[in-house]
Amino acid sequence: MLSFLAQRVLKGVIVLLAIVVLNFFLIRLAPGDPAVVMAGEAGASDQVFVKQLREKFGLDKPLPEQLFIYVKGVVTLDLGFSFRQQAPVAKLIGERLPATLLLTLTAFAISLALGILFGTFAARFAGTFLDTAITVFALIFYAMPLFWVALMGILLFSVTMEWLPSFGYETVGANLTGLAHAVDVAKHLIMPAMTLGLFFMATYTRMTRASMLEVKRLDFVKTARAKGLSDAVIQRRHVLRNALLPVVTLAGVHSGTLIGGAVITETVFAWPGIGRLMYDALLQRDYNLLLGVFVICSAMVLIFNLITDLVYRLVDPRIEFAS
Amino acid sequence: MPKRVLLGLLLACGLTAPALAQEPKTGGVINAVIQPEPPGLMLAQIQNGPTQMVSGNIFEGLLRYSPKLEPQPELAESWSISEDAKSYTFKLRKGVTWHDGKPFTAADVLFSVEMLKQTHARARNNLAQVDKVEAPDEYTVVFTLKQPFGPFLGIFEVGSMPMVPKHLYEGTDWKTNPYNNAPVGTGPFVFKEWQKGSFIRLVKNPNYHEKGKPYLDEIYWQIIPDAAARSVAYETGKVDVLPGGSIENFDVPRLSKLKDTCVTGAGWEFFSPLAWLWLNNRQGPLADKRVRQAVMYAIDRDFAKDVIWNGLGKVATGPSASTIKYYTDDVPKYPHDPAKAKALLKEAGYKGEKIRLLPLAYGETWQRWGEAVKQNLMDVGINIETIATDVAGGNQKIGDWDYDIAFTYLYQYGDPALGVGRNYVSSAIAKGQVFNNVEGYSNPEIDKLFADGAVATPDSKRKEIYEKAQKILVEDVPVAWMLELQFPTITRCKVKNLITTAIGVNDGFKDAWLDK
Repeated sequence: MLSFLAQRVLKGVIVLLAIVVLNFFLIRLAPGDPAVVMAGEAGASDQVFVKQLREKFGLDKPLPEQLFIYVKGVVTLDLGFSFRQQAPVAKLIGERLPATLLLTLTAFAISLALGILFGTFAARFAGTFLDTAITVFALIFYAMPLFWVALMGILLFSVTMEWLPSFGYETVGANLTGLAHAVDVAKHLIMPAMTLGLFFMATYTRMTRASMLEVKRLDFVKTARAKGLSDAVIQRRHVLRNALLPVVTLAGVHSGTLIGGAVITETVFAWPGIGRLMYDALLQRDYNLLLGVFVICSAMVLIFNLITDLVYRLVDPRIEFAS
Repeated sequence: MPKRVLLGLLLACGLTAPALAQEPKTGGVINAVIQPEPPGLMLAQIQNGPTQMVSGNIFEGLLRYSPKLEPQPELAESWSISEDAKSYTFKLRKGVTWHDGKPFTAADVLFSVEMLKQTHARARNNLAQVDKVEAPDEYTVVFTLKQPFGPFLGIFEVGSMPMVPKHLYEGTDWKTNPYNNAPVGTGPFVFKEWQKGSFIRLVKNPNYHEKGKPYLDEIYWQIIPDAAARSVAYETGKVDVLPGGSIENFDVPRLSKLKDTCVTGAGWEFFSPLAWLWLNNRQGPLADKRVRQAVMYAIDRDFAKDVIWNGLGKVATGPSASTIKYYTDDVPKYPHDPAKAKALLKEAGYKGEKIRLLPLAYGETWQRWGEAVKQNLMDVGINIETIATDVAGGNQKIGDWDYDIAFTYLYQYGDPALGVGRNYVSSAIAKGQVFNNVEGYSNPEIDKLFADGAVATPDSKRKEIYEKAQKILVEDVPVAWMLELQFPTITRCKVKNLITTAIGVNDGFKDAWLDK
């Protein structure tokens, strides 16, 4: 087990470094650099100004040197300095990461819990009205673009019904503490988390249903039934547990997509997370910040995948860790 | 003996008289939208719009400008100009302190001038005519110019020349000075807190030098990145002020009709944003004046104003917006006339060569405008290919002169010498910059007129020069002028006196109060 973990971590670090190098060049392929963006925003510029900015950002150095400086920094856990925001990248990401983790993990939990629940019901009552209703419901959320769901949610729950706040992480200026603050944040969290979660919920519903229907037909289920086990026990212990493997795989793969979805969700709901930080950094060609967010996101995806592998083992004891 | 002495007191009394009708109330909090999130608040180093909007409350300049662009006292309480118009003496207000309690003196002004020359592209340009700056005593500053410079009194608003605390910046690395993230100014509000991605909080400066001001206790600048979400934030009562340009234009009519909502187009007189199409004069069909004129005739600018901008703004007649000095509409006119456009294209021998159009990636309104212009131009037979980019990509292409037609809009800064000439004189052609003469127009007569206009005296002479320049430019069509843009500010009606000067919400909220 330990050697498995060590191996995975080592592989992860190598993958991470490869991602850093690849991203470094990919970002620079896009036209425009931070100096051009900032000169553009200043409403006035001259060559001295652009040159000053390029020197300030170290963009006047040859590309291999810039890469070397950056990789050296990452290896020593220094993600560099965002000259646009005039702060260390690690600090900027550190300020925003908790909000994104709260959003994505809540969305992830909602999607997984509801997805498996609905999928199980749909499979259990396959062919009935309930099954059709759940399938159609899932298909709708699967097909609708995230930003549209978000805007419709705002229109319905904020503007028309006035139940939920339309933007932000908390009520600004309310200075709430303790439980009141937690409730306030939860209120702000509901819509973004549901928006982000519903798409994935739809996927898990469909996957769970299909997978359970497949497992149901297998011989060991017949054997269990022949042994006289109750339907509930068969469904839970034998069918669901076996049917979950593809769902777990999918959930692992989704960890990256989830962060991608967070970019849109955080933008629409003004949620102060790293998804938005990444979006802004991209538009502003804030290279160091963008690369920093990529590094953190990549690390998160790698960690999620590692967790997925560990969960496999829990779900299916037949799976062994190859060292 | 000074030619004229303007006493701040007199001006101030004259201008605030109408406001006396309703006695300002003290207290309260304003929630305003800021878009996009500013990269920083150190105005002397960062000059983008959102930075100025927030920092206009923290920092101050020597002067403010009335909606008619007349100078008003701010940190300077009076000023005088010498007979030969080369020496400007400013008397500073006494008893002004920085937010950390240190006194503001002439030494700060001298330091600010030196710093801005290095960090502020526009200030560097504005100060190019200054030979020396001296402080004969703690509260007097004298600017001596190399030659008379007509618009000189127009370069002292907070965004163009913010005052920087010498005691906190001298001898430090300005770029990494810790006060960049917790700015210290002399303004009516003090920086308190910035939760990145959420809000910026400013609180009342209890020691502000104008007694009784500011009236508000706090300002929250809320950061909401999505345009639709900003509209909803206003609709649901979460914000009270939507500064001009913070929502999509098509939402303006809807929000304007909401209960207790007031709308004003005021506060843009100094900037006078003017939209035009850069036409690359260097290459291809657009090198021919007749093709450029055809572009002007082909585009239906009234349609753009009425439909795309919901009737807001005004069709531009030439290089100067109608709100700035020496504007004239006595210039050749270009009504929407597709037949004339086609005739001019034929005369110029245009054979359907492909022309690349760069729209501006500033959101939905600009995208729609790009589509409308493309349609107009294709209707007269111009073969347009739209190149989609984001802002950074677009800037790069414009700076590299790698475009044929490109959308832009720029500020005019009240005077042709400050904001107009730079776009047409050949000395402002330089690869790699996003602004100035990126179209590559070069006309010795125009170069001379703008050079003369900046330093000519008296005013009537300047008027004559700039009117002539406008006529020549409109005939030559170096760029295709589109609209004088209007970005209305939307507020709850209980917010009073928010906009009192020519730079509107960018000038700080020191006069604003809440009628609760």
